[in-house]
Amino acid sequence: MRGTPRALLKPFTETTGLARWMLVAGVLLTAVFVVFAVFAPWIAPYGFAQASSGGTPFPKLGHPSSQHWFGTDRLFFDVYSRVIWGARTALKVVVLSIVLCVLLGVPLGLASGYYGGWFDRFVVLVMDAMYAFPSFLLAIVFSFLLTNVYGGSVVAVSLSLTAVYIPQYFRVVRNTTLSAKEATYVEAARAIGASDGVIMRRYLLQNVIQSVPVLGTLNAADAILTLAGLGFLGLGIQSTDAAEWGHDLNRALADAGSGVWWTGLYPGLAIVLLVTGLTLVGEGLNETLNPTLRRRRLLPVVMPPRNVSTPAEEEQG
Amino acid sequence: MTMDLSDETVAAASAREPVISARDVRVWYGTTRGAIRAVDGVSFDLAPGETLGLVGESGCGKSTLGRGLMGLLPEGAKRDGEVLFRGRDIFTLSRKASYQLRGRELGMIFQEPLTRLNPLMRISQHFEETIKQHEHGLSKDEIRDRALEVLRLMGIPPTRYKSYPHEFSGGMRQRLMIALALVLRPAFVVADEPTTALDVLVEAQIVQILNDLRRNFQTSLLLITHNVGIVAEACDRVAVMYAGRIVEQGTVAEVFKHPQHPYTRELLRSTISLTTTGLNFIPGAPPDLVDPPDGCRFHPRCPSAMNVCASKNPVDIERPGGGRVECWLVGPEDQIPPGGKQPLKQEELTVADEA
Amino acid sequence: MSRAGSGSLPRYILQRILLVIPMIWVILTVVFVLLRVAPGDPVSAALGSKLNAQALQQRREALGFNRPLIAQYWDYLSSVAHLDFGTTFRDNQPVLRVVRDNGGATLTLTAAAFVIALVVGIPLGLLAGRYRDSAPDVVIRLFGIVSYAAPVFFVGFLLQLYVAERLGLPTSGDASPITVFEVKPKTHILLLDALLSGNGTAIQDVLKHLVLPATTLGLLICGIFIRLVRVNMLQTMQADYVEAAEARGIARGKVTWRHGFRNALVPVITVVGLQFALLLGGAVLTEPTFNWPGIGYKLVFYINNRDYGAVQGIITIFALAVVLISVLIDIVNALIDPRVRF
Repeated sequence: MRGTPRALLKPFTETTGLARWMLVAGVLLTAVFVVFAVFAPWIAPYGFAQASSGGTPFPKLGHPSSQHWFGTDRLFFDVYSRVIWGARTALKVVVLSIVLCVLLGVPLGLASGYYGGWFDRFVVLVMDAMYAFPSFLLAIVFSFLLTNVYGGSVVAVSLSLTAVYIPQYFRVVRNTTLSAKEATYVEAARAIGASDGVIMRRYLLQNVIQSVPVLGTLNAADAILTLAGLGFLGLGIQSTDAAEWGHDLNRALADAGSGVWWTGLYPGLAIVLLVTGLTLVGEGLNETLNPTLRRRRLLPVVMPPRNVSTPAEEEQG
Repeated sequence: MTMDLSDETVAAASAREPVISARDVRVWYGTTRGAIRAVDGVSFDLAPGETLGLVGESGCGKSTLGRGLMGLLPEGAKRDGEVLFRGRDIFTLSRKASYQLRGRELGMIFQEPLTRLNPLMRISQHFEETIKQHEHGLSKDEIRDRALEVLRLMGIPPTRYKSYPHEFSGGMRQRLMIALALVLRPAFVVADEPTTALDVLVEAQIVQILNDLRRNFQTSLLLITHNVGIVAEACDRVAVMYAGRIVEQGTVAEVFKHPQHPYTRELLRSTISLTTTGLNFIPGAPPDLVDPPDGCRFHPRCPSAMNVCASKNPVDIERPGGGRVECWLVGPEDQIPPGGKQPLKQEELTVADEA
Repeated sequence: MSRAGSGSLPRYILQRILLVIPMIWVILTVVFVLLRVAPGDPVSAALGSKLNAQALQQRREALGFNRPLIAQYWDYLSSVAHLDFGTTFRDNQPVLRVVRDNGGATLTLTAAAFVIALVVGIPLGLLAGRYRDSAPDVVIRLFGIVSYAAPVFFVGFLLQLYVAERLGLPTSGDASPITVFEVKPKTHILLLDALLSGNGTAIQDVLKHLVLPATTLGLLICGIFIRLVRVNMLQTMQADYVEAAEARGIARGKVTWRHGFRNALVPVITVVGLQFALLLGGAVLTEPTFNWPGIGYKLVFYINNRDYGAVQGIITIFALAVVLISVLIDIVNALIDPRVRF
């Protein structure tokens, strides 16, 4: 575990020029939104569903002003506060769905890869079918069903996203397990009589868990977009339950005709910036980890001038 | 080891002006740790129609030398020195001029024939592309005739002219690559381990083809290989490379019969033949070329190392019997400091080094 | 020795088609399990506010919802096999007719978006991959990332706000009412019908309506094309045969064009085909943004009305379309790349 900090820094120390700047920019952008999410109650001036302050109601569709930096929307809510709180919703949903993906996908992939047989074949078939399905449509179907059960809550949307991304985790973990299973140290463990559970926990999990962070980063960007898309269709989280950028944009679309730009611009920019940040991190990691794309930082070659001492020799005199 | 060299060939070859005359060639790679001195001051000459075998362990810089001559170096690599091709220094040519030279006058045969042909292009298209690039105004029929003639020499039937690369076996693809490299009859060809990726029977076939090059194409060949047997079979002269330097060169017969450099001797001893009774190997590994050892680069592994070898670079001198060699054992005596001939205590060669 | 005779191509196609049947079966099963076995009563969810208890019960019986699940499953599979995708609950229409009436609009939108994405994305991706880490590469990559990161409804919002009025482009629907009235429906694809009618004003009107939605959806896919093409180009330029071509002195431009671009585009064709799924997902979001009367717009309408019948039917058709397109792409790929065939 001591090597972990160095391993985490590897993408920074081993990349060069552009790839490194993209990674740094991505990490910074993402970090800003994580700060928004964690400290939302302190950063946002108002609550996400607050329509008045100190007895004075907010204006409807009010222009950006010193009280409301980003203006107010048609529900009298403060746009700036909703953008900040939106980061919290996004983070909650993404973290929850990735945790669920890991909790469900990793053991399933491990067991499927380790035991094989009909169980493996069945799970692979179902997962492949889910993977072949257009992912956004799958998210729509799931949230369509889950909003019936749970209402438009963070849990319902997270579960929908989990359903969309779980096949990817399953695949990666199963494939890693299949190849790790044949490794000599696992065979040795089996030879000295380690039980299946011990082998999976001690030997295979260690191997498999390394691929999860990269996958998680890459999925997070996509998850933010899916969350916003569901919100835009009204399948996501309701305005009064939490601030959600996609749903806010849905309401803002009606304002565009009357020239009201602030209700849509800011939540939209928030999505673009966060997804861009996460994508930059994902691409940066990919460029460092994928050997066909990687470019190491090379030290420039400085040759001392030729020493003229050796005269041209005659061959085979 | 058969020496099928007639004295006439050697004599005839040496009578003419060299096609390639390389002096002090250096090729360094950039890495995260500093420059790798893959080729560090190499000189040789190559006469028309002559085949020079370049042997050495993997990582000694022999492939890098070949690529450096062709100008096919990765980003961050630098080359330096003087390589005269028919009197012109090819290291200082403009980009356009060096492109014109490549393919037409300088050819290259690669190690892995399977991936060197564009899988989406027919064999015919490869030939058309190459010939059209260098000889303008040829009709499709003329191109076809020229390509088929080379293919015939390589034993590829004309019926396969329109096939795709994946329809050929590995050995056939290497023959295709050789045909492609030779179709414009270049004066100088680099063959970089052309048989390493092939099985033994195919290897013999390719060696035979390379052997015939001199007769059929008047081509000078730099044959890079780690296989001493191939050098004995197909080359006129041999250059032995170690850690970025050519340590000994001369006619194959002379060098193989009377090796002067201890590395050459060890290399020859470690090859397996019918008379081999026990396996010989050179202890230790080639040095780190970012920071090569002082003095002679072979001294940490050399069984006959002397004190001078660890401190002073060996001098390139004429080898007894013809050729060149770089080793203090051969001389020059007058440059060895007093006490320099004492045997060196080989403390560096520990277990850790061998692991 | 010659393995790539033309005879093996039909066999490959047949194989590919046979392989798709179990896939379709699994996908249909997944759809069925999700929508029928899920908790809650679909009929009352959709119509509970409109009908009384007795009428609801009648509808349930008519739809076969009181039969055992296995019988319902069998009904579903066999009706899909007969191209019957059920009826909507809300307005009691065959789903197939809904798809036929609105499919033309979706087809027009996705096709136009696809063309825009190809025309913009592929050259940009090739350029960025060829001149890696240069200024154009940086700009193109950022453009690609941002255009993917921007949700279609946000791009739509910006276009409606800042572009539509300035260029005099409509932001809603696929044509003016007068055009719809004047153009005789023949193909159910408005653009084709307008072209067939030869009515200049109508054609212009339809095209004007298409510009903004197609650009919006096209931008989404364009970002992905740029990324894919760029990475493929990078990897292709490192291929052994590219170096071999350079060793033969083939001019830089020709190497880039013949060995680089061409070979980089072959794997892209497969992946580009897979983006059809994304295109459909994007259309579901683009259509409501511009009130574009396509299947996606309808799907959102039925979703908001909790119409299980319509959702199940439309999703089934979408899933089948995606699978069939992927087969088609594989076949096209086999025609282009001689290595795939054997």
